[in-house]
Amino acid sequence: MEPQAIRTTASSTRIHMIRKGMIAGFPIMLGYLPIALTYGVLASRTGMTNLELTLMSVLVFAGAAQFLAVGMVAAGTGMIEIIIATFVLNFRHFVMSLSFVNRLKGVALKAKLPLSLGLTDETFTMSALYKDEAREKYGGFFYASLILTAYLSWVGGSYLGGVLGDVMPARLSDSMGVALYAMFIGLLIPSVKKNFKIAGIAVLAMLINFICQTWGMTQGWAIVMGTVLAGFSGVWILEDEEVTE
Amino acid sequence: MIIWMVIGMAVVTAVPRFLPALIVGFVTFPKWVDRWLNAIPYAALGALIFPGIMSVKPDAPQIGVIAGLVGILLAWLNVHIIFVVLGAITSVFLMTL
Repeated sequence: MEPQAIRTTASSTRIHMIRKGMIAGFPIMLGYLPIALTYGVLASRTGMTNLELTLMSVLVFAGAAQFLAVGMVAAGTGMIEIIIATFVLNFRHFVMSLSFVNRLKGVALKAKLPLSLGLTDETFTMSALYKDEAREKYGGFFYASLILTAYLSWVGGSYLGGVLGDVMPARLSDSMGVALYAMFIGLLIPSVKKNFKIAGIAVLAMLINFICQTWGMTQGWAIVMGTVLAGFSGVWILEDEEVTE
Repeated sequence: MIIWMVIGMAVVTAVPRFLPALIVGFVTFPKWVDRWLNAIPYAALGALIFPGIMSVKPDAPQIGVIAGLVGILLAWLNVHIIFVVLGAITSVFLMTL
C-alpha cells in the first residue's frame, strides 16, 4: 500500500470511492439515457401513465424486460404471461449475482442485499471488471455509487421519455442503440489483452448463445446457457486468484 | 391492473437478484467453483455482445458488426471506454446517413 493511502482520512476515502463509482458508472449512463427515453416514449404510447411507466423503472430496473412488457401490453397479452416472460428474461441475473456476491465477501450482508438488487447486465459487467475495489476499504461505496448512477439515469430517462415524448432525433437515438454493445466490448477487450484465453471464454459464450437461439430457445434462456456453460470453461482456463485480506 | 403487473415483474426480477446474497455468505465454495464464478463476467459479456449486436439495425446486421469491430479496434488501442462507445455510435451514425 502506498504511504499516502494510509494518511488519507476515512471520510475522504469514502468520498473518493463514491466519486470513483460515479466515473465508472458514467459510460452506463450514456448507454442508458437514450434507451430509457425510448422506453418512456413507447410506454406512454401504449397508454401507460407517467406514474406507471416510471414506477416500472423504479421497481423492476431491467431494460429488456420492460421493453418486452410494453410490447406485450400493446399486444394485449395477459398479465401472468408478461410476468413469466420477465422471469425467464431476467433469470440470468441470478447467475451474475452469484458471481458478484462471491467477490464481495468483505461487504456486510445488509449492504450486499441492496447492491444485488441493482444488478443489471451493465452494472454487473462493469463492477466485475473493477474487482480490486471489492477488497479495498469502503469498497461497498464504490459499487453503490456505480449502481446508483446507472439506476438514476434509467429512472430519470424513463420519466423524461414519458413526459417529453420524442425529443431525440430518430437517427441519433437509432445510432445510440449500439452504445451498450460498444460498452460491453470496451469492458471485454482490456481483459483479453491481459489474458488472451479470456477471449476463448467470451467467444464460446457467443457461440452457445447463438446456437441456442437458432434452435428456438428464448433470448433469456440462451443467454443463461451461454453464460453458465462458457463460464465452466473458466474452471480450466482461469488460474486461482490470490486472496489477500 | 398495470400496477399489479409491475409488482409481479418486480418480484420475479428481484428474487433471483438477491437470493445469491443470502446463499453465498454461508457456504465456502471449492476453488473450481470460484474459478467458474470468476469466469462468469467474461462469458456474460460474450453472450451479451453476440448475436445481439446484429440487431442494432435489424434490416442491416453488418452495421452493428462493423461498429463492433470499430469498438474492438479502439479498445485495443487503449482508448478510454467513453470514446469506445462514442466511436461506435459515430460509426453507426455515419453508416446510416
